[in-house]
Amino acid sequence: MKKTQNVTIKGTKDGLTLHLDDTCSYQELKQELDRKLSNSTRVQEESKLLSVKVKVGNRYLTDEQQEELKDLIRQKRNLIVEEVETNVLTKEEAERLKQDGEIVSLARMIRSGQVVEVTGDLLLIGDVNPGGTVKASGNIFIMGALKGIAHAGCTGNDEAVIAASIMKPSQLRISDCINRAPDQGTDEEGKPMECAYISENHQIIVDRLQVLIQQRPNLTRFEGGR
Amino acid sequence: MGEAIVITSGKGGVGKTTTSANIGTALALQGKRVCLVDTDIGLRNLDVVMGLENRIIYDLVDVIQGRCKVHQALVKDKRFDDKLYLLPAAQTTDKTAVEPEQMKKLITDLKQDYDYIVIDCPAGIEQGYKNAIAGADKAIVVTTPEVSAVRDADRIIGLLEKEEGIEPPKLVINRIRSHMMKSGDMLDVDEITTHLSIDLIGIVADDDEVIKASNHGEPIALNPNSKASLAYRNIARRILGESVPLQQLDADDKGMFTKIKKFFGVR
Repeated sequence: MKKTQNVTIKGTKDGLTLHLDDTCSYQELKQELDRKLSNSTRVQEESKLLSVKVKVGNRYLTDEQQEELKDLIRQKRNLIVEEVETNVLTKEEAERLKQDGEIVSLARMIRSGQVVEVTGDLLLIGDVNPGGTVKASGNIFIMGALKGIAHAGCTGNDEAVIAASIMKPSQLRISDCINRAPDQGTDEEGKPMECAYISENHQIIVDRLQVLIQQRPNLTRFEGGR
Repeated sequence: MGEAIVITSGKGGVGKTTTSANIGTALALQGKRVCLVDTDIGLRNLDVVMGLENRIIYDLVDVIQGRCKVHQALVKDKRFDDKLYLLPAAQTTDKTAVEPEQMKKLITDLKQDYDYIVIDCPAGIEQGYKNAIAGADKAIVVTTPEVSAVRDADRIIGLLEKEEGIEPPKLVINRIRSHMMKSGDMLDVDEITTHLSIDLIGIVADDDEVIKASNHGEPIALNPNSKASLAYRNIARRILGESVPLQQLDADDKGMFTKIKKFFGVR
């Protein structure tokens, strides 16, 4: 039986791609990678840095193994690892991804002194009263009145938005930006359905809801339809 | 088996004690056997408002710590024939003298003998509050049309909703000044109820007679001619399950012309 190559090097426009076979043993792979890279360094002696993408296919690499392979590649003077691409996702990663992408719906009043924190998007059916706080790692959508504090993208997501039917917050926070209500309480009721997002110059902007369609097209997850 | 109702507000000075005294009195007037329990240990007032201060021999802490039997500590209100009793708070110790578990047991015992136990809660959300709500089945939150009182009421409602074994609280809006509400200088009833989004069980107008009456140790509910008295009696009837419409707040402008204007919807 003909022995196939475990490591294939391919050149692309953006640099080199290393395809690592996912059926051989890890030891074999490491040896062959070492050998191949040692051979090829002789060819290009000029010290221009070359970025490398590593594709490992369906092989699961522990963090240590990944570091080991990266080290191995880095030792060859002019190579740097840009990214390691894998088809394998651990259960924890998958669960985290799922949570981040989920919309958590909640039907209750958030009263003074109460703090609600969710992973993913928050859909609140009810009000946030003054002194109450809602936090989400994703977006916050409030069907009732927002009169307390809302913190969207609280793990550092600048793309997150806050939308409320009645927007009269005491404070708005998105990622690390904070915006508070003007000290002179304006008596105007505020237009219905408003949203808040971070603008290009890192300021929280409050505007009518429809602006989000242009500003955050990624909010759409729906595919198809007529 | 009776029902225990805690009267609470979070903020101080909104009229918890007055409300407790008057709801208790009004329930007794309806022929129910009522026991008022003052849990504001260290700052007791309910006995003063009820005019029963001089008859106190034992108090709540004495009962809890086993120095006397419950019936020994209960002060009977002579104005009612065996209908209204008060369990006064202690004045010498503080709120830490009692544990929620002990309160719960005491209230459960009292429920055997009375139709309604009305518990007057101290201000704040600390030990005293926890003691007061420990044995309660229902809660009434008292607020005034002020932003600070409504804020604290909101907080208290949030805490009460988390409590198991207590029904969703009902709201009493106290000290309403109808002219200020009309001119928009005070939060109005609708605004407060939508903000807090709980059921309204009564509104009480600000009435000088209330202060006068409690200074004399006579709950206003005993005086049938006062508007506030009627308000408290209505609350008592709603507690008993009757459906009573809310009082008209602007009943004082009785002029013919204003009535006609109202009829045509002119302001």
